[in-house]
Amino acid sequence: MSEPQRMTQPDQEAFVAGISKCPTGIRGLDEITDGGLPLGRPTLVAGAAGCGKTLIAMEFIVRGARDFDEPGVFMAFEESAGELIANVTSLGFALDTLIDQGRVAIDCVEIERSEIEETGDYDLEGLFVRLGSAIAEVGARRVALDGLDALFAAIPSEAILRGELRRLFRWLKAQGVSAVITAERGEKTLTRHGLEEYVSDCVIFLDHRVSNQVATRRLRIYKYRGSRHGTNEYPILIDEQGFSVMPISSVGLDHRVSRERVSSGIAELDEMLGGRGYYKGSSILVSGTSGAGKTSLAIALADSICRQGGRCLHWSSEESPDQILRNMASIGFDLATHLQSGRLHCHAVRPTLYGLENHLVRLHKLVGSVRPDAVILDPITSFTAIGEPLEVRIMLTRIIDFLKGAEITALFTGLTQGTDPTAWERTDEGVSSLIDTWLLLRMANVKGTRRRLIDVLKSRGMAHSHQARELLIEDSGISLIDLPSNLREPAA
Amino acid sequence: MTAIDSRLPDPEEAEGWCLRLYVAGQNPRSLRACENLKALCETHLAGRYEIEIIDLLENPTLARGDQIVAVPTLVRKLPEPVRKIIGDLSNTEKVLVGLDLRPRG
Repeated sequence: MSEPQRMTQPDQEAFVAGISKCPTGIRGLDEITDGGLPLGRPTLVAGAAGCGKTLIAMEFIVRGARDFDEPGVFMAFEESAGELIANVTSLGFALDTLIDQGRVAIDCVEIERSEIEETGDYDLEGLFVRLGSAIAEVGARRVALDGLDALFAAIPSEAILRGELRRLFRWLKAQGVSAVITAERGEKTLTRHGLEEYVSDCVIFLDHRVSNQVATRRLRIYKYRGSRHGTNEYPILIDEQGFSVMPISSVGLDHRVSRERVSSGIAELDEMLGGRGYYKGSSILVSGTSGAGKTSLAIALADSICRQGGRCLHWSSEESPDQILRNMASIGFDLATHLQSGRLHCHAVRPTLYGLENHLVRLHKLVGSVRPDAVILDPITSFTAIGEPLEVRIMLTRIIDFLKGAEITALFTGLTQGTDPTAWERTDEGVSSLIDTWLLLRMANVKGTRRRLIDVLKSRGMAHSHQARELLIEDSGISLIDLPSNLREPAA
Repeated sequence: MTAIDSRLPDPEEAEGWCLRLYVAGQNPRSLRACENLKALCETHLAGRYEIEIIDLLENPTLARGDQIVAVPTLVRKLPEPVRKIIGDLSNTEKVLVGLDLRPRG
């Protein structure tokens, strides 16, 4: 078996001590920027229409005023104040309240080129005056200039405009405000009008792609002078709570490993696993053919975690929580009690509903709110329906890394196909090399009776059994028994 | 008189012209704009105009109301519709066109 392959670690630029950061409060963004945007300096956010540029700029201002006691000015070049307030109110930001409290000022710059006749020399001091008075009005520490490049359509002389933009960025730095400037992406340049020429400290790129009919937005730190930062593309999600960035593969291989154990919920299985069950924070794969008992084994772990006072997140992509509840009650698991006590959290969603990245971000957020000791993904096979095998593998790798980093025990179930024994030990998702403990369930037809067999294919860091056992799923629960000697297979 | 001319406000009949000039500080460009405007009004609108000069450095909050970005900006408040002209008004031809005192063309 090849060495486990991991996502490459984010490249780390030389870290220059002393650069101060301005936290955005946007989930994930502060993590990949190692603390936030450059304090007192401008940051350029470039992207195509519909990428979330306005939202990232607005969140920077609103969260700054609300959560960091840094009043802000939002200057919009493309939208009216009414539109802006309506758009962000739907995202749960009480922008009008912050305006009433004098913590945020909004100025919408509306100029139509058609209404302007150019009759001689001029500059854009009017813009500076407006910005300056808005900054003074609220004592702003943050400024957002949303769609600044719209000025190129409004100001007849590009030469004057470029000179004034250069002056504007110098002026912003002199004001000592942390600024976010958004601009439309260009075809050959980062932004259509080359605004990146004026902002040299930090440039963030937003992207919007559609694959398998599912749209996904992504964010990349194009440049961040004097700071280390993640260089991957990070999926972003815009939902009712605003913007979040999923800092994937920020864990790598340097996570702590636990020596603690968690019971699988089945005494005989614990026995097979060196006598004490799974490692806490390890990744477990239960693969097997249809009906072999994968979900039952997963639920046994969930029940065990909840009984010991822990919390478990069950992510189901095939069965509804009700159906799982009913089926598991029939074999002695009282999940309703765990649900009521809040120890068990069920999340059922069809994989095809969202793109892979969206699932990843949702899982990340759920883990953040539920704070589980264990996460069960049942089954992971269904993700192959919505992504290319490589993409699915990358996503599962990210999930495994993320849960490991958080020391959360993870159990995945995977469906194996067909009757070919060599195929059983392969997984479609190709993640087995990342897995710590791999259990294989299969059906064997013995003298007219179908029996469930369980093997421990591998289990890192423990002396585990190599002997297949029979898995009994009965009204009273799950147990394992030794196979009668005449059924034992010769040692391979 | 051509058809285009008939759409222009007739300087003889208009009630009065209300012009507002936005400048930022007493710099040479501001002074030039003021002088150009006064000369032009005396020539074309004698006795029927009113000029208000606003220095944004003294009244910064007024910039938002008339959506001022560039300075100098001349705003024709009356007669309606409102017209905006940017620059120091040294190109008299363009100022006259911008104020609808001369046909566009």
